[in-house]
Amino acid sequence: MYKFLLCWRYLRTRYIALICIVSVMLGVATMIVVNSVMAGFTSEMQARMNGMLGDIIFESVSMDGVSDAPSHMAKIKEIAGDTVVGMSPTVVVPALMYIKINGQISTQQAMMVGIDAETYASVSDFGNYLQHPGNREKLEFTLRDGGYDVLDHQAPTGEEVKPRTQMEHAGWYYRRYKARIEKQRQMITASPAPRLETNQGGTVDPFAQQAAANGEPQGKDFDPAVDTHPGIVLGIGMCGYRTVDGTDRFFALPGDDIDIGFPKASLPPELMSGSYTIVDFYESKMSEYDTSFMFVSLKDLQKDRGMIDPETGIGKFTAIQIKLQPGADADAVRDQLRDHFPGQFYRISTWRDKQGPLLAAVQMETAVLNVLLFMIIAVAGFGILAIFYMIVVEKTRDIGILKSLGASGPGVMGIFLGYGLSLGFVGAGVGLGMGLLFVTYINEIAGWLGQLTGTPVFDPSVYYFYKIPTIVNLFTATWICVGAVVISVLASVLPALRAARLHPVKALRYE
Amino acid sequence: MSRLQEPTSPRLNSLWATAGQASGGSAAPAVVPHMATHGLFKSYRKGPLGIPVLQGIDMTVNKGEFLAIVGQSGCGKSTLLHLLGTLDQPDAGEVHFEGNRIDNLPSRSRDLLRNRHFGMIFQFYHLLPELSTLENVLAPAMIAESTFGYWRKRKMYRQRAEELLEMVGLGHRMKHKPRELSGGEMQRAAIARALLAEPRVLLADEPTGNLDQATGEPIMATLRELNREQKLTIVMVTHDSWIAGQADRVVRLVEGRIQAEPPVRT
Repeated sequence: MYKFLLCWRYLRTRYIALICIVSVMLGVATMIVVNSVMAGFTSEMQARMNGMLGDIIFESVSMDGVSDAPSHMAKIKEIAGDTVVGMSPTVVVPALMYIKINGQISTQQAMMVGIDAETYASVSDFGNYLQHPGNREKLEFTLRDGGYDVLDHQAPTGEEVKPRTQMEHAGWYYRRYKARIEKQRQMITASPAPRLETNQGGTVDPFAQQAAANGEPQGKDFDPAVDTHPGIVLGIGMCGYRTVDGTDRFFALPGDDIDIGFPKASLPPELMSGSYTIVDFYESKMSEYDTSFMFVSLKDLQKDRGMIDPETGIGKFTAIQIKLQPGADADAVRDQLRDHFPGQFYRISTWRDKQGPLLAAVQMETAVLNVLLFMIIAVAGFGILAIFYMIVVEKTRDIGILKSLGASGPGVMGIFLGYGLSLGFVGAGVGLGMGLLFVTYINEIAGWLGQLTGTPVFDPSVYYFYKIPTIVNLFTATWICVGAVVISVLASVLPALRAARLHPVKALRYE
Repeated sequence: MSRLQEPTSPRLNSLWATAGQASGGSAAPAVVPHMATHGLFKSYRKGPLGIPVLQGIDMTVNKGEFLAIVGQSGCGKSTLLHLLGTLDQPDAGEVHFEGNRIDNLPSRSRDLLRNRHFGMIFQFYHLLPELSTLENVLAPAMIAESTFGYWRKRKMYRQRAEELLEMVGLGHRMKHKPRELSGGEMQRAAIARALLAEPRVLLADEPTGNLDQATGEPIMATLRELNREQKLTIVMVTHDSWIAGQADRVVRLVEGRIQAEPPVRT
């Protein structure tokens, strides 16, 4: 009983020990904030990856593809059963995009994905990422008249969003305007332009492509003011950039024409190119995806690459994206499929397998951060050790008194262990509160800090999120608090041992 | 409030008036001495040298006796008292209590002895500064009982503590902290604390050493009354011969050995 009483009195009267509480509190609060932010980022990233890729990717090993998607899909459905809620065949090839920026041709490398517009929405959130509301409802690879989003429709409500003014006239208006300007330019310079071949396959001189894209009459009187090439949807990061203050600028818009070079489905491989008209952008909010993929109609790509069997009319595919029921075990389904489809022809992976290195890197980062931050709490522990040692020295005489009254060594030790425990509790508790408070208002704090220092803390041109995403994991928070309390108790062991071992007579004589 | 005008309970008033003249109770020798030592040796180490303090002490304390141990400062009388109270352990020799050897008991048993059977008061009072006077008096009970046990018996202990404080004249100072008490009051609180567990022996180490004569006298009176009325065995250490003279019997400690003196009164 005397242990509780003295412990309580010491807690209330020794303000120096409050410093220990502050250091424990800071360590706990920091760890909670960092873990929440990392968890938030990871969760956002994973959600978007999973959204883009689907749950399982069923690929052909050869880039030339495998025939008959429908029968494969039926087989998959048979094997996996009702877990499968959506499937869509695709053709995926690496490609080179030529785009005119300020009068110069620039190239970008990306993956070209031919999708079946009708089924693709069932496996991917891709549809939500498009910039035209009509396309979000039903994707058609045709140029729209206008009505493309000027304000990002995916921004959370209440967030300040910078308008993309260039998108206001994207679509046919923009295309006709450009065609008109070009015609006027041609009339002024009055240089007859050479007649060019249309691109029906085979490598074509990119400069001739450029002239063709400028609206020169081609083999079949291609008039950009009324005609378009096959439609293509580009990642929003491929045609634009974000400035530091968060505004987006584009050097190509829906309505512009681009040329793509990609390999035909033949041996030996041949490179061919085609012209496409940008019909929309997609924005997945992940910079890696927004600069890496271009989407065209599956049938168009199959035709261009020569993947359609002339007799049966059945096209080849290189990948089937599969979406499972929420909560399904993707690894199990993948293994089931692997058992059925031989590995020399088919490569079956879950979305996690595809993104393994990236996710693993984030996990390692989180682990290292946790270790480093726990050092803060360990340092707080050393503070407790030092301050408690001094308190024990200060209380030497009182400890002697207690022992002369019959208190045992372990009993006296219990006073100081209890003191450490209560300090740990208070520190962890307050730290938890502070950490949760910080996490709740983290965006306001980031904004305020940015104003104070002059540089934005959370730079929207680097991160594609508007707000800092946070997720508080109860399990993690509990472990952090328990760890802080344990360190506090461990830190008080040495001073408590000293108190226990004091000789009563020597202690009583202590000045 | 100056030390010269310490309020006292009416009970002790009469004692003040007759301070120094109270007749001491004669100690009837018991068959087994209440406490005894045989050949006690104790020395302190200061570097390679050992400074011998007690060099073979043989003494007894009889039941109900008021014994004074006199000697010059530094001659080891406090050490002897500490050995009697098992606060320290001798280098050689034995200490006995009620016929049983106590100096080689396990520490837990010695803790129990100090908690229940020995009451101790010191020259510098040694009250715990964070606790109130009442809590200080209750400290031995809080140490003796587990939390739950104390909780159950807290009324009983509280009552006894309050009675003891009333007896020593501190009934109105129960909630005060030691720093708010005078020296004499603190010593009286220490006496109340020492008596809480109804000890069989009271060990007093220079109880009036830090007090002037006027404040020390009521303390001595209280001790004498405890010895006379309640037959409490008291062993007191002092360097003051006059204070020692108020005891039943005096032993003198010279160069680590006992020189007995004839009893002051029979």
